[in-house]
Amino acid sequence: MGYSITVNGKLERLDLDPRTSLLDALREHLSLTGSKKGCDHGQCGACTVLVNGSRINSCLTLAVMHDGDDVNTIEGFADDDQMTAMQAAFVEHDGFQCGYCTPGQICSAVGMLSEAEAGMPSHVTANLNGDVSLSDEEIRERMSGNLCRCAAYPNIVAAIAEAAGRVP
Amino acid sequence: MKEFAYSRATGAEAAARAANEPNAKFIAGGTNLLDLMKLQIETPAHLVDINRIGLDKIEDTAEGGLRIGALVRNSDLAADTRVRTRYEVLSRALLSGASAQLRNKATTGGNLLQRTRCYYFYDTTKPCNKRTPGTGCAALEGFNRVHAILGVSDHCIASHPSDMAVAMRVLDAEIETINPTGETRHFALAELHRLPGDSPHIETTLAQGEMITAVVLPPPPPGTQIYRKVRDRASYAFALVSVAVIIDIAHDSIKSARFSFGGLAPKPWRDEAAEAALTDAPATDKTADGFSDAILENAKGRGGNDFKIPLTRRTLRAVLAQAAGA
Repeated sequence: MGYSITVNGKLERLDLDPRTSLLDALREHLSLTGSKKGCDHGQCGACTVLVNGSRINSCLTLAVMHDGDDVNTIEGFADDDQMTAMQAAFVEHDGFQCGYCTPGQICSAVGMLSEAEAGMPSHVTANLNGDVSLSDEEIRERMSGNLCRCAAYPNIVAAIAEAAGRVP
Repeated sequence: MKEFAYSRATGAEAAARAANEPNAKFIAGGTNLLDLMKLQIETPAHLVDINRIGLDKIEDTAEGGLRIGALVRNSDLAADTRVRTRYEVLSRALLSGASAQLRNKATTGGNLLQRTRCYYFYDTTKPCNKRTPGTGCAALEGFNRVHAILGVSDHCIASHPSDMAVAMRVLDAEIETINPTGETRHFALAELHRLPGDSPHIETTLAQGEMITAVVLPPPPPGTQIYRKVRDRASYAFALVSVAVIIDIAHDSIKSARFSFGGLAPKPWRDEAAEAALTDAPATDKTADGFSDAILENAKGRGGNDFKIPLTRRTLRAVLAQAAGA
């Protein structure tokens, strides 16, 4: 069953075994290996990509289910050599050690900022009907779907806080 | 993953018709089904993709409640202004479940139909009556820390993992379905999940091809709404014990109270008779303990999960004190 997915602004025609996850389509068929296969079961977040602007685990969805969708991966972020603010903040704050979880962390963080901007509450939001303010506690809770085996969490939180425009 | 045929439905009735064959499954968010398919615990021959059939709206009902389409994503439901202001217990339950990435995918219908996270159900080298009927239950004498203590049988002690369903149960939610001949059915969420008995592989009262189209919430009852979830990690973990509460307290006395429990049973657990006995009782530890006695009367630990009995008691004291102070 042929279908098309726009990946990082480029329309891609695919006709793969329906068992192919979105993650495998990106990595094995479109050679976009930035998104990582950590657990392949939605537990680690290393495969996080943005689909129509929303962050999801690309390992737990079939590529064929995304006919017509707009997918953004880490490869689509930088403009030539010019990093986005989120990428630059991760470098500035050493928001990684081995780097394996980083593409997923950055995609997730970008999706998370849009959710916060839209006023979506989290488990730690005291007033569900108040404004969302991205405290460290909020960032940690909202990023809990992205594990870092090196435990670079303090620096990841600092990087995201800076990219969110919070004064350190 | 085993091979399957994939088809994309264009409407609810067409989807139900397409799934009216043995071993066909609906796929919506896919976050649980694909996980299980990778392990060959689920091996559908036909996947019917229902993501493009609509049913993704939250509508006001004439009665003053909400009708939640089966395909509304968990994140959108938690963030809906009407849910946040009038059904806080539901927002709170949803936000306490899974991760943001999973909530962005997981749907209302799929959340209700997710399978247990019993370790032995997931381990295809071990016996499991739910996965392979008649093979036995490895959890009975195994590592059973996360398992159920109420509504269980000697054939299965798996617990239902949903937080959302626990809140919907306390809100007296109703389920709407459509079957392959286009007939619709309405029934209480309480009647959706079956207890395991001697057939733990049959988990719901849905027929083959019958699809959940919506969850209807009646207007919220008066009172403070609380969702308290006790788990091993502060985030992104299933409940050991959770409780959804709606309690109306005036002058330190309970006017009405509802409690629904997660982590304790194969379905959201509620005891309306025990709730009724709370009317006019003072909001004290003693009242909480009496209610715990009633709820836990038939609780049965299997070793690793014995701690859930005192944990439930302490959790009930805590939520009653929180409600009284609210």
